[in-house]
Formats: sequence, structure tokens, C-alpha cells
Amino acid sequence: MTTTILPVPTVPGLGLEERNPGIPLDLGWVREVRVNRPAVERRAATLPARRSVKREWQAAWLLRAITAIDLTTLAGDDTPGNVRRLCAKARRPVRSDILEGLGAADLGITVAAVCVYHNLVSTAVEALAGSGIPVAAVSTGFPAGQIPHRLKLAEIEASVGAGAAEIDIVVSRARVLRGEWRDLYEEVREFRAACGPAHLKTILATGELGTLRNVGMASLVCMMAGADFIKTSTGKESVNATLPVGLVMARAIRDYHRQTGHAVGFKPAGGIRTAKSSLDWLILMKEELGDGWLRADRFRLGASGLLTDIERQLEHHLTGRYAAAHRHPMV
Amino acid sequence: MQIAEIFETMTYGPAPEAAGPAREWLAARAPALGLFLDNRMVPPSTGEHIESTNPATGEPLIGIARAGSADVDAAVAAARRAAADWRRTPGHARARHLYALARQVQKHARLLAVLETLDNGKPIRESRDLDVPLVARHFYHHAGWAQLLETEFAGYEALGVVGQIVPWNFPLLMLAWKVAPALAAGNTVVLKPARFTSITAVAFAEIAARAGLPPGVLNVVTGDGQTGAMLVEHAGVDKIAFTGSTEVGRGIRRSTAGSGKRLSLELGGKSPFVVFDDADLDSAVEGVVDAIWFNQGQVCCAGSRLLVQEGVAAGFLERLRERMETLRVGDPLDKGIDIGAIVAPSQLETIRGLVDRACSEGIQMWQPSWACALPDGCFFPPTLFSDVPPAAEIARVEVFGPVLAATTFRTKSEAVALANNTGYGLAASVWSENVGMALDAARAIKAGTVWVNATNLFDAAAGFGGLRESGFGREGGREGMYEYLKPRWPGRVRAAVTATATGREPISEAAGDGSQDGAANGHGASNGRATGGFEATVASMPPIDRTPKLFVGGKQARPDSGYSRLVFAADSTVLGEVGEGNRKDLRNAVEAAHASPWGAMTGHARAQVLYYLAENLSLRTREFAERLRRMDGRPAEVATTEVERTIERLFAYAAWADKFGGRVQGTPMPGLTVAVHEPIGVVAVVADDTCPLLQFVSLVAPALAMGNAVVAVPSSRHPLAATDLYQVFETSDVPAGAVNVVTGNVDLLAGVLAGHDDVAAIWYAGSDDGARRVELESAGNLKRVWIVSRPRRDWFDPVQGEGEEFLREATQVKNIWVPAAG
Repeated sequence: MTTTILPVPTVPGLGLEERNPGIPLDLGWVREVRVNRPAVERRAATLPARRSVKREWQAAWLLRAITAIDLTTLAGDDTPGNVRRLCAKARRPVRSDILEGLGAADLGITVAAVCVYHNLVSTAVEALAGSGIPVAAVSTGFPAGQIPHRLKLAEIEASVGAGAAEIDIVVSRARVLRGEWRDLYEEVREFRAACGPAHLKTILATGELGTLRNVGMASLVCMMAGADFIKTSTGKESVNATLPVGLVMARAIRDYHRQTGHAVGFKPAGGIRTAKSSLDWLILMKEELGDGWLRADRFRLGASGLLTDIERQLEHHLTGRYAAAHRHPMV
Repeated sequence: MQIAEIFETMTYGPAPEAAGPAREWLAARAPALGLFLDNRMVPPSTGEHIESTNPATGEPLIGIARAGSADVDAAVAAARRAAADWRRTPGHARARHLYALARQVQKHARLLAVLETLDNGKPIRESRDLDVPLVARHFYHHAGWAQLLETEFAGYEALGVVGQIVPWNFPLLMLAWKVAPALAAGNTVVLKPARFTSITAVAFAEIAARAGLPPGVLNVVTGDGQTGAMLVEHAGVDKIAFTGSTEVGRGIRRSTAGSGKRLSLELGGKSPFVVFDDADLDSAVEGVVDAIWFNQGQVCCAGSRLLVQEGVAAGFLERLRERMETLRVGDPLDKGIDIGAIVAPSQLETIRGLVDRACSEGIQMWQPSWACALPDGCFFPPTLFSDVPPAAEIARVEVFGPVLAATTFRTKSEAVALANNTGYGLAASVWSENVGMALDAARAIKAGTVWVNATNLFDAAAGFGGLRESGFGREGGREGMYEYLKPRWPGRVRAAVTATATGREPISEAAGDGSQDGAANGHGASNGRATGGFEATVASMPPIDRTPKLFVGGKQARPDSGYSRLVFAADSTVLGEVGEGNRKDLRNAVEAAHASPWGAMTGHARAQVLYYLAENLSLRTREFAERLRRMDGRPAEVATTEVERTIERLFAYAAWADKFGGRVQGTPMPGLTVAVHEPIGVVAVVADDTCPLLQFVSLVAPALAMGNAVVAVPSSRHPLAATDLYQVFETSDVPAGAVNVVTGNVDLLAGVLAGHDDVAAIWYAGSDDGARRVELESAGNLKRVWIVSRPRRDWFDPVQGEGEEFLREATQVKNIWVPAAG
């Protein structure tokens, strides 16, 4: 296994000035992580109540949320047909009459990426051609990660080869649960190397890590290993993106940024279905990490149904009438 | 602003709470609110009003009635009229009333929250999410106590009419903390809200009347400090409950001295916020925000002294400054505001003065970059002073504003020492991921409430209140209920109790009166030395002179004065001599008490000592009985009974020593809220003449059992029972300093102890005038005072002379909150 620091390739169109190159594993730092769960839960519980965005601000923030969405379909029955529909929605996430009404027609609102299994990558790449919207592939034996390491590397390489610009890997939960931080570090280093120019999002599957301290430590190790993003969940665990978990990960990102100067992105995924919850996540980003983490280069929302609710809220803002989902184009 | 622009800037924008209904409520009552007596709004007899303003804008909101003495009289009279019926109302019926109040608060939650924010300037988020829900919670919780009163507080009864004075920082919440337990216990109330913030009290009284609370049960008199003083001094009030500044509390202590009024005081603080190097620092930063920037820092238990372990201090303060940059100060009605308006311009000036003086002392001050761009109005930015030495004014004085003073420490013991280096003792916050260390610090810090890895958590199920100059008494929980109850003894008011078949000693008003004894008993001793009695060993030899000394620090000590005082027997002959103790002897005794290892011993170990005391006393039963007999001339069998009762009492407190540790509170929080019954510290005990041995032990033993060190002054007339007893102490493994006995002029010594700032509580049995002087002198350090002789007790009666009441007086409740993973 190699631990050398990789060169820093960039991907045009993603707006990333500089990728996190990673740093040598610093176990002292990892073990210093302290997370007090009740205190974190208290902060997470009051955060959405401490800030409120209303009227035009709410509409603008919801548009911003759309631009952070990794529009996702990860189902056993995915076919080229429904993936092409998803990609069409990704290009035009909001009805144009609504965008015009909001004065947002020229903002070039699209989602941040489309996220699919490897088998659908080429379909999505084709469907999104010319849009500038990258395709993300979940990988490394998603969602459980219980496949041989070499197959994980092969899967990454295959997806990158098929045109995926972003790879969402899953970490080996066992490495975290057993405190095998060096093994986790090496594993993620190799995933990063296999990604090449594609961006690496590391899914911690926080619902299976047992403690928030594990979440904090795993976040640090993944960033040290060169993750471009750290991501909460696969969407397949019984508990997915929660604000307390997000808070711990955001604080880890802030710590890492403070210590190394490298900015790592954050992606909550799973269970984010309402416009209100997307605002909560944006508020968490703004409060804990600052305005630099409100855009797609450092913030993503992994979601599928969320978009429809945001559309309904935008229409309500525009018309003052409560909206119906069927009046918005489905995926 | 255009959506496209906001899309780029991602600012928050305004999020105002609609104030329409609250403004309509005010308009319907313009130009002024009245007083609220007997469920009716009435104009004040003075015809005068004070303007209540919105501190965020300066706009006048409505007039507040200024109650005069006739109004206070009328309010107390209304409460008195209602008192008997309300006390007799079955607990279940009172529970229904309190339940209705809780429901009504919830139904009118937003109106109350908006009124509060308009009047006080606190952020709507806080009044909406904290104040008002906690108000409802308090009434729900106390509806429960009303329901359970007859069983859970059997043997207790309501005090009568209670005068309650609440501050401006949590106007409605403090009302609830006071009114709910008072009503649950069966008292009627005259409430005086703060002059800056009276609106929600009147609104609440209206709601309560509409909810069917009987007339006179809750009355509201508004006005300024003069109105409050009238209530405090009103002869028709049985108790004063006050929350506010330490200085005003001190004044109330003095002005109620000798009045017989019960008193509870919840006063100021300078609470420590302790961050150990193994804490979750980011969460601790958020804790600081909740500790000192909650309610603009206008919180009595605000964590205003930040103590950070030196190794992580720089990094912690860096994180804290980053966090301070993102705080938002402004319109309290905006839902996205962290810090609202300071309550009034006068308070703003006080804060500015303290901050300016700290700056001119050369202490390093930091405010966020936006601090210079505050909105117009009564606003002050979050402010951090770092490297603040304990000697600085800003480290000692309660600012009552958004101002934090940070200091570093090296070790846990230094952190505890710094935390305790204050006249106050209200609350503390301890941050560490090491549960053992955190709990150890929580035990060692002197405060009524300690939050572990949390701050400013409140609940009706856990009593809140302080020690030292933060006052005494608790609000909330079982411990808070006792503030509004008194023991109910059958036949409580009586001059004498006849001896029962079991030979129990009568309390006789004449028992201590030496004028009518000698002849009746007919023991004609010529020189005060032993004659007759159990062992008629009258010798032809002169007796050996016995010289009781003072007992200080485990040693017999000659009195500093060099004088002795004569002690007379019942037959007026000289029974002996005791040392004439003075203030220096008491100083030494208090120092010895503080040095005693007693408080650190386990309950089990303390029990062993108390049992051993009883054992050794029993060996000398005859000797003590004979001494008692000679003191007050009672029959030998009664004297023997007193000794036997004393032995029994020692057994009782030996039994209690490991059985009054506290309880787990039912707070709505995952984790543990533990009410720990801690010793108070050094307790002064001043006894009177009745039952000289039994009373002395009845007072000293519970104090000892709970881990206090005692400085005892035995009765003037019969000190020999106590001085004889120290020989028993000496043979019973009582550690040095645990009990100290100083004889002499009781009134003089009581005054010295009451005025001693290192004595935490004083129990006084004696004259009303003596009680008044003790209460007056106690205002210096606001020590707890218990007038044991009010009402007179039958020391032989185990209900009156022993038990839970004594244990409660011997302890203070510390609620330790330990949130655990949810």
C-alpha cells in the first residue's frame, strides 16, 4: 500500500479551486477527538430554531439547495429509462414559469450531480452530455462494502472509465468499529488513487458506527486520506442523515481546515425529503462552517424526493397558494 | 431584495414574529394596566402609573399601576380571606386548578411569549421555546404535587399568605417558579413583578381568573421597589420569596429579621464554567454561548466566569471568538436573533461601566468585528475578557450582561479552587469527557446546581437555588415544596405538655425558670458539689475541683478571656463553673470546624461515631441523669429518661447518617439529574435552656450525621450537660473539630456566630429578640438561619424533636445534571 501524497488533479466544471491532497495519518489527532453526544444533540436540536429564512430569502435559499442536490436513484429496479428521466429532471429541476416568476431564470439552476450505480453511469453521462452536470457513481460494494478490496478498486476504475466524475465510496465499518484507523486510512488512500481525477466522497454510514466519536474520528481519517467530501450515509442504513451527525462531521471539517488549510466538502444523504430540512442543513453549514460551504463545491444534499417538495414551496412562494405535487414534473 | 441577489449572498434576511395579537391585547387595556386583586383588575389607590417600554425600540407599551400601601393592604387582605378555603381545598381540586393553569399557558403561549419579548427585550426564540414552555411545565409538575400533597407531605401544612417578588430577567418564568409551588402547597399569593416587566404577570392573572382560580388566591401588585418593600414589611404576610439582586436580598433579610416570616432568597451569581482539556471543545464553546449569551447574559446563574485548562485555553478561545462572530444581535422579535435588547437603559449603563472599568484595568477585551455596528436601542455586543485575574472586578462582580471573564487553570484542584473563589454559589458548569473527574468537580464546586457537559438546563422537577450569598431555598422539585410548607404538629401551640405514661418529659414553660424549683425539690446542697443522688457517697473529703473548659478542635481549651462563669443548680447553689467564651474562642472554633476531616467521612463512618457516642453516653447514664436532676431539680426518673432519649436520638441520627443522600429527579432529559443532599459546612448551634442534654444532642447530632462540622453554644443556664458531653466526644472517636463547644453569654456568642462570614448556617433556640438579632446579623453572608424555638418544641417528642425537618436543615440540595446519550 502506498501512503505518498498524490498530485492534485482538478476537474473542470466543478468549481473546485483546490482538492484536499490529504496528509499523513495523524493518530494523535484522531484519538484526541471528543464528542459529547447530549451536547451535540442539544445544539442540533436548537440550531434550526435559532435561524429562520422567510419570504424571498426562503425562495433564494431553496434555489441554492437545489443546486446542491445530488439527484439520486439507487434501486435494484433502475433501468436506463428511469435514469434518463432523472437526468432530464436534473437539467430542468424547476418549472421554467416558476423560475421566471422568481426572477431566477438566468441563474442556470440545475442540480449538482446525478448519482447512480455503476451500471447506469454511461446512461447518465450520455443523458447529461453538454449540461455540465457531473455523474456520481456509488462504489466499492455499495452500500455494505462487504466485497474484496481489489474489486472495490476495480469498481472505482470502471466507473471513472465510464465517465463518472465523482465516486461515492463506502468505508469498511469494521475498520471503524475495531479502531483500525491505519487500515481505514490506507483503504481510503487507495480509493483516492483509483479515482484519479474523479472526486472522492467517502460515505461513513454513520448509522452503523455506534458513536458520534467514531463518526468524528472516521471523518478525520477520511480527510487525512484525501477525501474531497465526507458523506453521512448510503441511504440504506436504518438511521441516515441526522443533524447531530452532520454537526459532528461539520466540526471535523472545520478542524481539519483550521489545521491544514484544506477545505473538504460535506454531503448529508438519506432521509432528506422536505424543503424545511434542506434549509436546516444549509443553516447548519452556514453557522458551523461559514458561507464557503453553501455551494456545490463543498456542500451536497443526497436526495431523490426532496426536489419535489422544494418545487412545491417555490410555487407557494410565487402564488400564495399551496401547491400539489402532481403539478410538478416527476422524475 | 431580489431573490437572485440573495441566491448569491445567502444572507438570512428578516424573520419577524408578528406582534399583532399582543399589540391588540395591550391596546384593549390602554392606557394602563391595573392591579389584580380578587380576580379583578382595579386601579391603584395612588392613581399613579409607571410607563413600561419596549427596550428594543424605546416605544412606550402601556402604563403599569403603582401600588400604594392601601393597595398592598388590600391585596394581602384578599389573599388572607382566600387562604383558609384554599388551604382546605382538597389536593385533587387544587391539582385541577394548577392543571388548568398549565393548559391555559399553553393555549395562550404565543401571546405570552410575544408580550414578554416586547416588554423585556429577550429574543422571541427564547420566550417562545424556553420561558413559556417552562412556565407550563412548572404548573403541570406542581399540579402533581397538589394532587400528592396529602400523602407525600403528610404532617405538613401551608404557611398562609405568601408575598413573592420576582425580577425582570424571566418575568413570567419566575412567576411560575414562585406561584406554582405556593398554590400547590395551599398558600395564597400576593405577587409583585418587577417594574420593568409587569405586563405578563397581569396577563397571567387575567388568564388564571378566567380559568376559575378562586378570587384572592393569586393577587398581583405592580409598582417599583417601594411597593416591594411594602409587601416585605407587611405584617399580614407569612413568607417572603424573593428573586433578585444580592443587595436587595440582604435588605429583605434585615427588614424581615425577627418578624417570624419565612424567607427564601434566590440572588445573584458569578457562576463558573469549567472546561477541562479532555472536553468536547466545540460543544463546550456552544455551552458558553448558552451560558453567557442566553437572555443577554441577564441570568442569575449565567456562566460568567470561564475557567479553561491552560493547555487548551488558546485554542478554545480561538474557537470561541470564531463562534462569537456568528452571533446575531438585534430585534428581539426576529426569529433569527441570538441576543436581544438589554432590559433598560440603566442596565445598559451598568454593563458599560463595568466593561469600561475592566478595560481601564488593562484587561484584554475582545468583541466581534460587527460589534461597532449594533442597531439603535438598548443593545450590547457579546464581550470576552481573557486572562482575567481573580482579583479583577470583572471576575468578581455580577455584570448581568453579555460579558464573559476568562481565566486559565492548571489542575482540577485549582479549577475547583478558582470556581469556589467567590461569594456566590448558585450554579456551575463542568465540561470533561472523563465522567469521574467531572463528577468529582461537580461535587467539590459550591453551588446549588451543577451541569455536567451542559449549561442552563432548568426543569420543574429539579430545585433551583443557591448557597452562600446566592441565597437559600429551592424552587422546583420536592425540595422546593418545603419552602411553602411547615410541619403540622398536633396541638402545636401549647404552653406545656403533660408527661405521658412513658415518662416523657413535659415541656414546661417553667422548666428553665430557676425561681420556683429549689424548695420543691428540697436538695439543699451547701456548696454546689455533689450530694445525694444515685450514689450517696458523700465524703468527708473535699471534692476534686472539676473545671470544664471550652472544647475546640478536639482539645479542651481555656477561654481566651481568662474568666469563668458560675453555673447554678436548681436550688440556686453553685453547680460548677464554665469558661466565659468570647469572639476569639468562636473564631478558633470555626477555624477548627473548617479543618475537621468530618465532612469527608462516609455516612457509614459517621454513623459508627454516633453509635459509639451513644454507647459511651449510656455507660454514664447515671452521672448525666444526676447532673440533669441537679440542674433543674426534676425527679431522678425524668432526668434518666432525658438521658435515655438522648441515647435514642443519637441512634436515630446514626441510623440516618447513611440514608439521606438524595434522590434522582424526574427531569425530562436522558441521563441523570441527581439531587445530592450535601452538608452545609460549618453549622453554628445555639441552644436554649429546655432539656439541656436532649436538646443539645437533638441539634448537634443531625448536623453531624449529615456531615457538617458544628460550633455549639450550650444554654447559658445549663451548659454543664454539654461540657460533660465533650468528655464523651473525646472517648468516641469524634474527629478533631467536628464538634466544638463554646460556653458563655449565649446572646453575645450567638451574635458573633450569626455575623461570622465563614459560618454557613446558624440554628438558634432562644428568645424572640435573640432570634431577631441572629437574623439581622446573618445578612452579612446570607447564611441560612433556622429559629429552632419558633414554635416551641417538645424535645421529647420524636416528631417535633427529631427527623426529616432536622435533616433538611442540616443539608443543602445540589442538583447535578448529567445528560447522557439520548
